Amino acid sequence: MSALLRTAGITKSFGGVRALDDCTLEVEEGSITGLIGPNGSGKTTLFNVITGYAKADAGAVYLGERMITNSSPDKVFNAGIGRTFQLTRIFPALTVLENMLVPSKTKGKQSAMEQLEFVGIAGHHDQLAGTLSYGQRKLLELAYVLVADPEVILLDEPAGGVNPTLVGQIAARITELNRTTRKTFLIVEHNMEFVMGLCAKVAVLDAGTVVASGPPDIIRTDPRVLDAYLGVDVDA
Amino acid sequence: MTGSETTGRSVLQVDELTAGYGGGDVLRGVTLEVPPGGITCVVGPNGAGKSTLMRCVSGLLRPRIGSITLHGEPLAGKSPREILRLGVVQVPQNHSLFRDMTVWENVELGGYTIGDKKVLAKRIDTVFELFPQIAQWRTQKAGSLSGGQQRLVEFARALMLEPTLLLLDEPSMGLAPKILKTVFDAVRQMNSAGTTILLVEQNARAGLRLSSHGVVMENGQVRLSGTGREVLEHPEIGALYLGGASR
Repeated sequence: MSALLRTAGITKSFGGVRALDDCTLEVEEGSITGLIGPNGSGKTTLFNVITGYAKADAGAVYLGERMITNSSPDKVFNAGIGRTFQLTRIFPALTVLENMLVPSKTKGKQSAMEQLEFVGIAGHHDQLAGTLSYGQRKLLELAYVLVADPEVILLDEPAGGVNPTLVGQIAARITELNRTTRKTFLIVEHNMEFVMGLCAKVAVLDAGTVVASGPPDIIRTDPRVLDAYLGVDVDA
Repeated sequence: MTGSETTGRSVLQVDELTAGYGGGDVLRGVTLEVPPGGITCVVGPNGAGKSTLMRCVSGLLRPRIGSITLHGEPLAGKSPREILRLGVVQVPQNHSLFRDMTVWENVELGGYTIGDKKVLAKRIDTVFELFPQIAQWRTQKAGSLSGGQQRLVEFARALMLEPTLLLLDEPSMGLAPKILKTVFDAVRQMNSAGTTILLVEQNARAGLRLSSHGVVMENGQVRLSGTGREVLEHPEIGALYLGGASR
């Protein structure tokens, strides 16, 4: 398998803080890849750089052969990368179906309803989106991203703050999309059971650098990963 | 090592605590104790409930079930101000100094509830004796200090009330690795001077290494407890962070 999404030596600083430091990551076509790392390791910043919400100071982002470094968010979206956010960005005062009709790529109500059915919230289509539970909002965001039929889907903490039943539903939808349409996923998640169970490959960020990547069982026992999570002892 | 053994002589005793926000529980039956004179360090992965535990102890969040006692006195229903008066002082995770005020003014504010000016002056002297470097910065604006220096001033401010129990919520958060030693040294120094400390820390190895007691929380529950060293060297600690721990 070849890399569909690739970052090469991305560096990004905010003031004096280097959030990404020579960050190189490969996401294979048709894979579900996990991106983990302790708080502040740069996961969301990397998502922001890939999707055009933050500009890289150095390095490059490729989608297939195409360089998309520092493209605007709409260009990245149109190029085939959809994403969700840690804190869902829905329109609470619109109905669930109306939310689905916002993206320019929406193919009409019927298509929107199909996506809502797929994620399992079609029954709520005429409810205001603001009345959905947190987990349902995450599902709405996933449906919203699917409208554009992106090649690569970036999910930022899809299971964060979601009840266990809906976590299972979210995982099942991701697996099905990957299996039936070969969509490629890159998933940031702190819920280790979720990410380790879902992803064939997991990359680990620490201080803005990918320090390890591989199958979950190898990652769990990798000393570099343990160092990232447990911290390095301070000679106090 | 379990999370349910208690001695009854502790400074703080947390029993079967269940608490959360909105409809969900973040803490699910947490039992732990903070013995006198030591440093008790709570570690655990993101979302384990560490900061929620701190909020319950300081009175910022009211638990649904369970009890918290300080030297045997129940804290249930008490406001943060009342809990502060009982001697529980918290240094929050985010920097909390008044940036436009001097270091001296910030430290002095820690003794805001002390009416007697002589006592206040004596406390400042004691705190500056413990942290002489802070005395050197006394006329500087707090906002001009580095993150590590601000953390020390926050410690000094907290000591102004001679706390029965000092709560430190992730003091190493956001600090450069080379600054960590200074901060952890200061934690040890405060403890050596007699302050009992409940420390929540993201750097598990460094936190547990300097602590007399350690607790690992995961998913709202206490999963390991023992001496700092026992917890640090427990074979399951990595699995509690990265998944795959036995239930």
